[in-house]
Amino acid sequence: MDYTLLLIQVLNGLQLGVLLFLVASGLTLIFGILDFVNLAHGSIYMLGAFICASLTYALDSYLFAVILSLPVIAIIGYAFEIFLARPLYARDHLDHVLGTFGAILVIDTIAHLIWGPAGIAIPLPNYLDGQITISENIEIPTFRLLIIVVGLTAAFGLLWLVNFTKLGMLIRAGASNRTMVAALGIDIRTLFAIVFAIGATLAGIAGMLIAPITEASLGMGNNIIITAFVVIIVGGIGSVKGAFVAALLIGLIDTLGRSFLDDLFKLFMSTGAAENSAPAISSMSIYLMMALILSFKPKGLFPPRLG
Amino acid sequence: MKKVLAAIIFCNFLISSVFAADIKVGFVTTLTTPAAVIGEDMKNAVNLALEHLNGKAGPHNIEVVFGDDGFAPDTGKQVTDRLLKQDKVDIISGYIWSHVLLASRKSVLDAGKILISSNAGPSQIASKLCHENFFSASWQNDQTPMAMGEVFNKDGIKSLYIMAPNYAAGKDMVAGIERTFKGQVVGKDLTKWGADAQLDFSAELAKAKVSGANGLFVFYPGAASGAFTKQYHQAGLKDLLPLYSVFTIDGISLPKLQAANFSGIVGSKVTQQWDPSLDNQANKRFVKDFKERFGKYPSFYAAQSYDTINMIASAVIAVDGDMSDLVGLRSALKSADYNSVRGKYSYGNNNFPIQNFYLREVVEDSDGNWTTEVIDTVLTNHQDPYAAECKLK
Repeated sequence: MDYTLLLIQVLNGLQLGVLLFLVASGLTLIFGILDFVNLAHGSIYMLGAFICASLTYALDSYLFAVILSLPVIAIIGYAFEIFLARPLYARDHLDHVLGTFGAILVIDTIAHLIWGPAGIAIPLPNYLDGQITISENIEIPTFRLLIIVVGLTAAFGLLWLVNFTKLGMLIRAGASNRTMVAALGIDIRTLFAIVFAIGATLAGIAGMLIAPITEASLGMGNNIIITAFVVIIVGGIGSVKGAFVAALLIGLIDTLGRSFLDDLFKLFMSTGAAENSAPAISSMSIYLMMALILSFKPKGLFPPRLG
Repeated sequence: MKKVLAAIIFCNFLISSVFAADIKVGFVTTLTTPAAVIGEDMKNAVNLALEHLNGKAGPHNIEVVFGDDGFAPDTGKQVTDRLLKQDKVDIISGYIWSHVLLASRKSVLDAGKILISSNAGPSQIASKLCHENFFSASWQNDQTPMAMGEVFNKDGIKSLYIMAPNYAAGKDMVAGIERTFKGQVVGKDLTKWGADAQLDFSAELAKAKVSGANGLFVFYPGAASGAFTKQYHQAGLKDLLPLYSVFTIDGISLPKLQAANFSGIVGSKVTQQWDPSLDNQANKRFVKDFKERFGKYPSFYAAQSYDTINMIASAVIAVDGDMSDLVGLRSALKSADYNSVRGKYSYGNNNFPIQNFYLREVVEDSDGNWTTEVIDTVLTNHQDPYAAECKLK
């Protein structure tokens, strides 16, 4: 076993995990607290990537583009809540699914009209485009390390916001009994719109961070949204802590599966069979893990104690 | 009033008189998902071909009906069925993806129509599943990487790490390179493909880096190519593990790579059966008009789509618009008697082209745009390795 390679792959898994967390945390907040199924969450992630890409070319700076994209995405999330989510709260989940699925189609088509079918590559400034040498034979791309740092910062920021601030207290209170909170004179509608905007911004950040690696492309949100749902189900719907643990777990399992499964299979089957079966099994691995965890903990790893 | 009406009806009758048939051509490609960037290029080329033909094959009008496969085999089959049953097309063409073509071929062939692939060339259709009504306007998947393998042998590359998407064509590409490459393959990764394809290759690149190979060979067509090339550069592998590819660095990805200023790409080499710099009349006209109309170089997908329409037009003329004359259509298609932009080629027993494969290098043209240029002919009149397994004579 090559431990340097293992360490690099763990870092790669961590990077995938924090990106998943950024998308899943918004999803779990909106699902858990607002009781709203938002399939279009991935479209916000895509918009984050595209808007950041356009701004990068307009401003000639990735960093400024990210800073400017953040409020834009927050406003989009806020508007999305007012115009699309709010009228649907009172209805059941199937209507949420239908409404937000429609939103996916509309947003995808608008993005197609504005940015065309070709994705947009985002050029990185030189200081982010290189590699960082950690030890003699471990070096990883600077930008991937930045993703891990930004992702972890956002994660702890969110946990702090939800657990230790007045806004977080109101959010939690609103989740357990929205009528009571409204009766105490809190503007619950604005509160929910703020939660929605926070969730959208987190997904937008994930989109902005992944775009310099994989490009901003149509339908990129639809790929990640399924995995994000796996994350929030494994973590326990509504639990930010659960989403964090599950996202890292899934990021690691997916990455390590892709890197070591074929070597593992070669120990007990022919090289050809291992090469054929490893990609199939590794793309299934996260779902296998979800099935396993749900069979022991049907409500996920950290089911929130809210009603 | 009655007279006017009569005149109009008479005129209509003249236009659609018995001498000219209306030929409907179905063209299946990808118009949604990120892979739509390929479909768009093909659609442009088809429309340019129609424009060059004035919408006619001889006296017969050609109409193309486009279908979107959504980058998925099941959707591809559905749209193929719809083109056959609802739009009642006379002939079906297109298909970027091998798995989509494999899923759709039976519908077309069972309906007794001609099927022309404008890109996909899965090994199955070249061997056991070959059919007299199927023709390829492109190549068999193995051929282009086989040409690359020969280049490796010439350049003295001893060991390779291979990465490709996990689907029919990806497996053919790997088989193709292993067929001619005489060195050692030290590692191989097949990654998830389709509408939810894997685009983050960190784990695979980390493995390739420590594998100790002399080179990295990849096949990442369409939207994946930009993502892959970026990450390859970010991982700092340029001097450590030189990149070799097929169907990855092309007319589709080059403008984007140039916009993001990946100057490391200039000078890299790829193999292909066609190139914008090929010196023949048809190709010059095609490349010039395509550049004028769409502001960029055509990709090989575009070239093959342009060929597809011209090939169909030549067959329509040969049977004088009688699309039920399958024997006539087949023999006309098999003769490849049209001005292909790749130059003259012929068909083998399995209806796949026997053609040249060139080594192309990425260069900057006189206007400062990145494109490719032929620097060598690697394989001359090359036939795919599966032809012998096909029962057709």
